[in-house]
Amino acid sequence: MLEVKGLKKVYRSGSREVEALRDLTFTVDNGDLVCLVGPSGCGKTTLLRCISGLLEPTSGDVKVNGKAVAGPPPGMAVVFQEYGRSLFPWMSVRDNVELPLKQKKVSKPRRAELVEEALDAVGLTGTETAYPWQLSGGMQQRVAIARAVAYEPETLLMDEPFAAVDAQTRADLEDLVRKLWQRLKVTVLFVTHDIDEAVYLGRRVVMLSSSPTVVQDELVIDLPAERDQLHTRADPRFIELRTRVYEQIQLAKKAAAK
Amino acid sequence: MTVARRLLFAAALPVVLFVGWWVLSADSESFYSPPLSEILTAFGNTWTLAAIKAEVVPSLLRLFAGYLLASIAGVGLGLAIGLNRRLRATLEPVLEFFRAIPPPVLVPVIMLFAGIGDGMKVIVIVFGCVWPILLNTVEGVRAVDSVVLETARSYRVTGTARLTKVILPSAGPQIVTGLRQALSIAIILMVISEMFAASNGLGFTIVQFQRSFAIPEMWSGIILLGLLGFALSLLFRLAEKRVLRWYEGLREAQRRAG
Repeated sequence: MLEVKGLKKVYRSGSREVEALRDLTFTVDNGDLVCLVGPSGCGKTTLLRCISGLLEPTSGDVKVNGKAVAGPPPGMAVVFQEYGRSLFPWMSVRDNVELPLKQKKVSKPRRAELVEEALDAVGLTGTETAYPWQLSGGMQQRVAIARAVAYEPETLLMDEPFAAVDAQTRADLEDLVRKLWQRLKVTVLFVTHDIDEAVYLGRRVVMLSSSPTVVQDELVIDLPAERDQLHTRADPRFIELRTRVYEQIQLAKKAAAK
Repeated sequence: MTVARRLLFAAALPVVLFVGWWVLSADSESFYSPPLSEILTAFGNTWTLAAIKAEVVPSLLRLFAGYLLASIAGVGLGLAIGLNRRLRATLEPVLEFFRAIPPPVLVPVIMLFAGIGDGMKVIVIVFGCVWPILLNTVEGVRAVDSVVLETARSYRVTGTARLTKVILPSAGPQIVTGLRQALSIAIILMVISEMFAASNGLGFTIVQFQRSFAIPEMWSGIILLGLLGFALSLLFRLAEKRVLRWYEGLREAQRRAG
């Protein structure tokens, strides 16, 4: 279980202080898929960096399965928004996926197995020897997802992973995330600014306010587990839910404007 | 462009210069600028296999020893300084000062400490060409993309693997730039250190010819030096192309994406 309690982050530069996160509390149950959605500039990335142990919060704490996070916890994988910069351009696709496994001291035959399975799972079999920059943007983000999957994480964090790919690729990748989540039974925390995406993907949606950020509202997405782009998005319940989320986000923006 | 055309373009100017020199100097009466034909005859007579072994090989050995030591020291120190902000703040002004000293003036000083043997010449070469390697490595290490570093951290890629698989390759293009600058400095210092005090070597031989008024032989030595420098930079380019293939490809891909 992922627990975030009273999380606060204040950036200091000289005498200026910027309060990015004010007071965030929420939990993600093991095996759940939770989407965090909020207006742009609401500190989503700051929050994710705190959860992944890349950034130290000013106060409050983050716990993964009861253990406080101080530095990147084992068993957690992150997929960053900037796939072009997060994949290492000097390494082939295989080496990119394999490097974290080497660090985990996974045996060589097992590594080969994991890399192959992961690339197969994201539909990239046959690209092992290519360099990331030889692939399209969508395929690069698939490599980044494969790297996370091969790592066999218990928790998977995704930071607006599809913000930079085109709409059709994005739909494919959303379905891929749902499929992987169902198959691997990992806990997924998915950050996005796209309300439709959050409702389509998540089993729960946590809405954030504008910066300084608090949790605005939470919503259980009671759509059927089997979702597809065509029917789910046309489902009246889907439209109802996305309207709810949209209203909350608008409210958050208005509150910030005051 | 086809290979044949590229060769033609590359060879055109050298051929023109050669022919120009040949024609203009053909009936030269001047003692100091003899006809090219005479210089070429001297070239054949002077640079026999035995002479190359006695004069050119020692020069090259000193060059390689100095260049290798400078590369190891430059990259090693550059990594340390680039990764440590405090070290950088302390050392950077001093480094800039040392770099600003024209290396040839160090020859007399180093002679006082290291004598006039091979050691002195190697030290001169190291001292002269370590700076571009060092400073470029520092810059390269500092410029490693923050997303690359965070990716490495979140996948717990630390220690040696972080250095050899992430930082060094990422700083690679800049390090190679430093190494390229250092190579030409090393060649210059190889010759200069031999002109001061030596019993063999290319620089020594050229000065000997000049002092004994063996002018065609002197010119032939200068031509040999030019050819040597050209060959070394060609070798360097080949090595660079292999090592930085990913970088060329990445830049090409970025240009196309534009």
